[in-house]
Amino acid sequence: MDAIGDFLAMGGHAAFVWPAYGITALVLVGLFIAGRRFQSATEAELSELAPQRRRRNADGDIGKDTADEA
Amino acid sequence: MLHRFANPTRFLRLADRIQPWAAGLTLVLAAAGLYYALFSSPADYQQGETVRIMYIHVPSAWMALFCYTALAVASAVALIWKHPLADLAARATAPIGAGFTFLALVTGSLWGKPMWGTWWVWDARLTSVLILFFLYLGYMALHDAFDDAERGAKAAAILAIVGFINVPIIKFSVDWWNTLHQPASVVKMGGPAIHPSMLTPLILMALAFKTYYVWLLLIRIRGEINAMKVRALRLRQVHGAPVGAQPGTAEQGSN
Repeated sequence: MDAIGDFLAMGGHAAFVWPAYGITALVLVGLFIAGRRFQSATEAELSELAPQRRRRNADGDIGKDTADEA
Repeated sequence: MLHRFANPTRFLRLADRIQPWAAGLTLVLAAAGLYYALFSSPADYQQGETVRIMYIHVPSAWMALFCYTALAVASAVALIWKHPLADLAARATAPIGAGFTFLALVTGSLWGKPMWGTWWVWDARLTSVLILFFLYLGYMALHDAFDDAERGAKAAAILAIVGFINVPIIKFSVDWWNTLHQPASVVKMGGPAIHPSMLTPLILMALAFKTYYVWLLLIRIRGEINAMKVRALRLRQVHGAPVGAQPGTAEQGSN
């Protein structure tokens, strides 16, 4: 248990090291979620505007990525 | 060569092939990088365990500069050659670059407090990086500030190019002015002044950040291509042209 405790304590600098890693993880994951949301939101807008075009491209390049996600 | 990728469909086909590699490499490099950064690298003899902040701070700062350079180059290509994907790539890069710049500032602050005794100083390096962050925000705001998307793109591109002057200022700020921030120790004459045990996690994390950027960029460019098509379709609807026509081809025809 001591080894884990020592590791988490970061030589007394836990209050700086862990928030730095935490915020980095938060921002990087946040960028990913924001990007995916942007992609699917514009995808939905596009298929609403041009449904017949979407159907034609159902197996094409543009529709492919959302199909993977679903 | 450039115009080979001007076609969004061709670009998307290429992106489909690159994206799984970018994703896989990011996960492998980040896992290895984190292992070295947190477990298998030694504490610094002066800085103790806080040196581990370096493995996210320095890659973030490198990416902040790299993304801005990419933003400026893509903006220049968009302005000069009217390359249809260049503006989309620039627009897709901006929020990612802003994220990395924010991380460089925050992790730097969290490192500065225990090592320098302060969260923030208005010295050349820190201030110029803060300006970089505002340049990213300014670029994004300006791009969206016009009803006419093309005018917004042009104004934002000019801002991105003019703002590039800040990149060498950031790079050399630690040499030109007195600053608390340490000078370069990896990219310098005579090789890196850093022990391999610390260089390994630094390089791994830097590569992980770079491949993650590629991954994020491809996702955002897909969104930007969709948004461009939506704009074209809306315009066509307004002007009464048939909706079923291929959007996006008109832009290329004019080149």
